[in-house]
Amino acid sequence: MIHFVVHDEGDSVGVVVVEGVRSGDALTGWIMDQDKEIKVTSKSDIPIGHKLAIKALAKDATVIKYGVDIGRVVAAIQVGEHAHVQNIKTKRW
Amino acid sequence: MNLNNATFQGYKRENGRIGVRNHVIILPVDDLSNAASLAVEHNIKGTMALPHPYGRLQFGADLDLHFRTLIGTGSNPNVAAVVVIGIEDQWTKKIVDGIAATGKPVAGFGIEGHGDHDTIMRASKKAKEFVQWASELRREERPLKDLWVSTKCGESDTTSGCGANPTVGNAFDKMYDHGVTMVFGETTELTGGEHLVAARCRTDDVRKKFQFMFDRYQALIDKHKTSDLSDSQPTKGNIAGGLTTIEEKALGNIQKIGRKCLVDGILDKAEAPTGPGLWFMDSSSAAAEMVTLCAAAGYTVHLFPTGQGNVIGNPILPVIKLCANPRTVKLMSEHIDVDVSGLLRKEMNPDQAGDALLECMFRTANGRLTAAEALGHREFVLTRLYESA
Repeated sequence: MIHFVVHDEGDSVGVVVVEGVRSGDALTGWIMDQDKEIKVTSKSDIPIGHKLAIKALAKDATVIKYGVDIGRVVAAIQVGEHAHVQNIKTKRW
Repeated sequence: MNLNNATFQGYKRENGRIGVRNHVIILPVDDLSNAASLAVEHNIKGTMALPHPYGRLQFGADLDLHFRTLIGTGSNPNVAAVVVIGIEDQWTKKIVDGIAATGKPVAGFGIEGHGDHDTIMRASKKAKEFVQWASELRREERPLKDLWVSTKCGESDTTSGCGANPTVGNAFDKMYDHGVTMVFGETTELTGGEHLVAARCRTDDVRKKFQFMFDRYQALIDKHKTSDLSDSQPTKGNIAGGLTTIEEKALGNIQKIGRKCLVDGILDKAEAPTGPGLWFMDSSSAAAEMVTLCAAAGYTVHLFPTGQGNVIGNPILPVIKLCANPRTVKLMSEHIDVDVSGLLRKEMNPDQAGDALLECMFRTANGRLTAAEALGHREFVLTRLYESA
């Protein structure tokens, strides 16, 4: 069963595609462009559609999704942690 | 899906364009004419009024856009005939003449000097004549290339970028080789992915025009923005759905133009394309505004991916909704025409999802009502450029 999807293997985040992910769950991810699987343990409760980090991200690091820059890290994010507006901000506007 | 000999059943209009609907519309020139237009719609069954709040004291480019949008809406091949009602004869005639250039039946009525009662009576007589005439028109088999297909997404979330938008992209890639006329837009929602669109422009000239439109919109936002535009882009709904930044939203957005098709030309708002291929229209990212502009540019079927569940429709342009978010598909099923949530469970591949969308598009073109049509969603929203005089 797939719990989250990743666009490209270079990405730093994946998208949870099932409801009810809880902290501590063992999750299976599908990397779509390369058709590979990865395993990550969730460190947060994560709603469907929200992202989790699949790489450790230090403050001020660039977040990559679709193989492209989608913003900067404003608070460090561990692997498996919920990655959203509380720890990522736009570089525009 | 092999599209080599693909056809659909459409209405051939006087100017050679092919429509997939057969509406007789009652088109107000201005806010003051809404009441009479709605009265005619009530009197004559099978007609549809398109009320809106504008059309007085506009000037310059904003007035040009108003006329272009109304004339374009009346000229759309999904419309068989038009009754135009305005407060004054002169602007009414301008819209009648613009629509008459297509050769379709159109008649205009000014309210001043007559009042609502007399105007409603005269316009109703003409509307009855038009609707009975239109009811005898028949569909004929037409090649796929006669279809004009627009796209715009709404209430997006992360599943839009993983599932629904790439499904539109797959369908666009398949149709591009068959000479279909297509369009995408949403200028500000390309922010963060604009370099990828620029790289897809067919020529340097197209790229220059695209960059000009993009930079102009960015300058407008810089001029008017408050401390953080993140309060509206991404929207609250986008953020609730898991989208974090405008860059992430934009990269999901541009999945709609597929991986192969090139951007062949650039359109101003409500401007009709001059040939087949993929066009970019400079436009707002607000759903109803953008879809209204696509209808005014002459597009006849619309592909609308959603994540959190946008419910938009349009009076004359059938809006097909597709969604990859299993929660939305479950909670808002009455709004979704194509469920592609299987993509996220690996139960469906992008090719199959694209085919499912194309199959729904053909059925819609042939006459099947979309969810939005059945639910009565007729959002007709005119874009304004600046304040009235």
